[in-house]
Amino acid sequence: MAQKKMQLLVCGGTGCSDLHGDVIPDNLRLELEANALENDIQVVKTGCFGLCSFGPIVKIMPDDVIYTHVTPDDAREIVEEHLIRGRKVERLLYKDPVTSKTLSASSDMSAYKKQLRIVLRNCGIIDPENIEEAIAHNAYEALARVLTGMTPEQVIKIVKDSGLRGRGGGGFPTGLKWEIARKNKSDEKYVVCNADEGDPGAFMDRSVLEGDPHAVLEAMAICGFCIEASNGLIYIRAEYPLAVARLKTAIAQAREYGLLGENIMGTGFNFDIDIRYGAGAFVCGEETALIHSMEGLRGEPSVKPPFPAESGFRGKPTNVNNVETFACLSPIILKGSDWFASIGTAKSKGTKVFALAGKINNVGLIEVPMGTTLREVVFEIGGGIRHGKKFKAAQTGGPSGGCLTEKHLDTPIDFDNLIAAGSMMGSGGLIVMDEDDCMVTVAKFFLEFTVEESCGKCSPCRIGNKRLHELLEHITKGKGTLADLDRLKNMSNVIKDTSLCGLGQSSPNPVLSTLDNFREEYEAHVTMKKCPAGKCRDLMEYFIISENCVGCTACARICPVNAITGERKEPHLINPEICIKCGACKEKCKFDAIIVR
Amino acid sequence: MLVNQVNMKKIKSPADLRKLKEDILFRMQGKESTSKEKVRIRVHSGTSGLASGAKSVLDFISTELEKRNIDADVFRTGDLGYSFAEPTIEVTRPGEEPVVFGNVDKLKADEIIERYVKNGELIDGILPLNYRTII
Repeated sequence: MAQKKMQLLVCGGTGCSDLHGDVIPDNLRLELEANALENDIQVVKTGCFGLCSFGPIVKIMPDDVIYTHVTPDDAREIVEEHLIRGRKVERLLYKDPVTSKTLSASSDMSAYKKQLRIVLRNCGIIDPENIEEAIAHNAYEALARVLTGMTPEQVIKIVKDSGLRGRGGGGFPTGLKWEIARKNKSDEKYVVCNADEGDPGAFMDRSVLEGDPHAVLEAMAICGFCIEASNGLIYIRAEYPLAVARLKTAIAQAREYGLLGENIMGTGFNFDIDIRYGAGAFVCGEETALIHSMEGLRGEPSVKPPFPAESGFRGKPTNVNNVETFACLSPIILKGSDWFASIGTAKSKGTKVFALAGKINNVGLIEVPMGTTLREVVFEIGGGIRHGKKFKAAQTGGPSGGCLTEKHLDTPIDFDNLIAAGSMMGSGGLIVMDEDDCMVTVAKFFLEFTVEESCGKCSPCRIGNKRLHELLEHITKGKGTLADLDRLKNMSNVIKDTSLCGLGQSSPNPVLSTLDNFREEYEAHVTMKKCPAGKCRDLMEYFIISENCVGCTACARICPVNAITGERKEPHLINPEICIKCGACKEKCKFDAIIVR
Repeated sequence: MLVNQVNMKKIKSPADLRKLKEDILFRMQGKESTSKEKVRIRVHSGTSGLASGAKSVLDFISTELEKRNIDADVFRTGDLGYSFAEPTIEVTRPGEEPVVFGNVDKLKADEIIERYVKNGELIDGILPLNYRTII
């Protein structure tokens, strides 16, 4: 079959197809057949366009015209007007929400292509195990420029002017960090790449290392030149075997090509990189704990100061940056600080990679300019909430962050706005929750994680978090009181104020933020002993509506603990004393007679 | 089928690096400008992709292209980030914009080879690229 002249791309993403299913492509095909066009024009179902709030979407190729809010009834008009008469269907064109001008070409649409890929520029594009592909895509060009025409001060100035802030969570200005490390004189210094990605649901660093390892190696060498270090170390968790393998290949190839090692590109600059493995402890993402772990000591944090920039690995000045921070670097050198500073908000420049997870349709990695709103991320790029449920909250910053709720949907996401909203940027995990999620359980889940990951060095974190977790456990079991809510808050604040490192200082954040945003849900748990989301098993009761029950005995037969009694053809009863709330009866009942209350 | 590295010599100056880059680009574009233009297929093989079966898709495509006598380059890359539709592959026909397909299994890969690689006919399962990049 020959290539057809035109294509109608119909969005088959969950958001769009939930509205009209397959009716739109079917109707379009019928209309094409009615006009004997089916041999020239093809209807293709695609994945999500990332325009869910304007859906369903139909795109006409090669005209590059996008129609929005298309209904099955519009098929005839699209075929007859656009395809036969060659006139655009004005009423279905996209209207810019700001200027309310109608736009037709997808390239003009501001809502389209909200993502901008700087960090992920080569991910999925180049073969990460072939250095020549990376070189063809501009790898090591920034290093070449730095080594041949720039002083360390000039490079640091560019990084400072670009406004780049640490992507690992803290948001410390990268240029300033380098300057401090440069000022501390020593015979030996170290550049460390923190690839100890530990937030539940986050995998952006892994993807960068797997997709574009040379971006990180090059940036580390540039950093080495600036702070006068000749050794680089990548601290990566051993649970990332593929990333480790690709890094090793990349390092070996870079050495072979003279881009790492002695006398790089004949400039007299020496820099080499080694890999250090972590055993997957969350606390080792904290830079002092990370350094101790690399030294072969226990992965426990120590008091700052001294900061690693003064006394880090083996007591030498050490500069630690995150994978994503390093990956931003070479574009900054090549395109200039003004370019980078033009992207983002006043105090947060550039882009941020987020790992979308949870109850969202388009799970995956996205990269958006700082200042993009949560609504754009969740409902446009993310394709909205699964099964058309209601958005409840999004957790950013993992176990150290907090939740953003409906009222934050239009807040531009950047370092400072997230902190103001009681959360934090963290490394970029974004877990979306819907109406079925119980916020007390969510807080408990993250606390469980911190209790597990606390290194145990300081007592506020070791004991405090354990007690916090117990209180939450109490509440979800229906044994809590109103006074417990105040206790939660007080204890959280004490842990925050007195813990030694970032892990403990931020671990109560999920509790505080859910308590702030969803206090009524906590109150329902302690006063009415009810879980509004229906998640807490101990607060649920399975109940048979006698009017609906026909006495088929199916539920009594499936019940694993024989909690259901009743005569055949008579309404049955569940004995709450025996019931273990497994839900098997509810699933089995064909008459909707069993409810949870 | 993965591209072999031909040039293994050490880069001794920034000029060397730029020369090498041009050579590589020339090699890549040289292929595209000859009469026998090649299709390029990228199989996104990061952890998410591999966990969803990218390896068997890569093997299938490599062997089938050879069996069916289609001259194409197959590359293994990192993930594109579309975890909800893994495994994903990208097909670039000479002189055309790349097209990404999602949820590719052997069946889908077969359809892609027969209909898109051979004839340029679009098929269901295309993922519209909703990002801009700096390259």
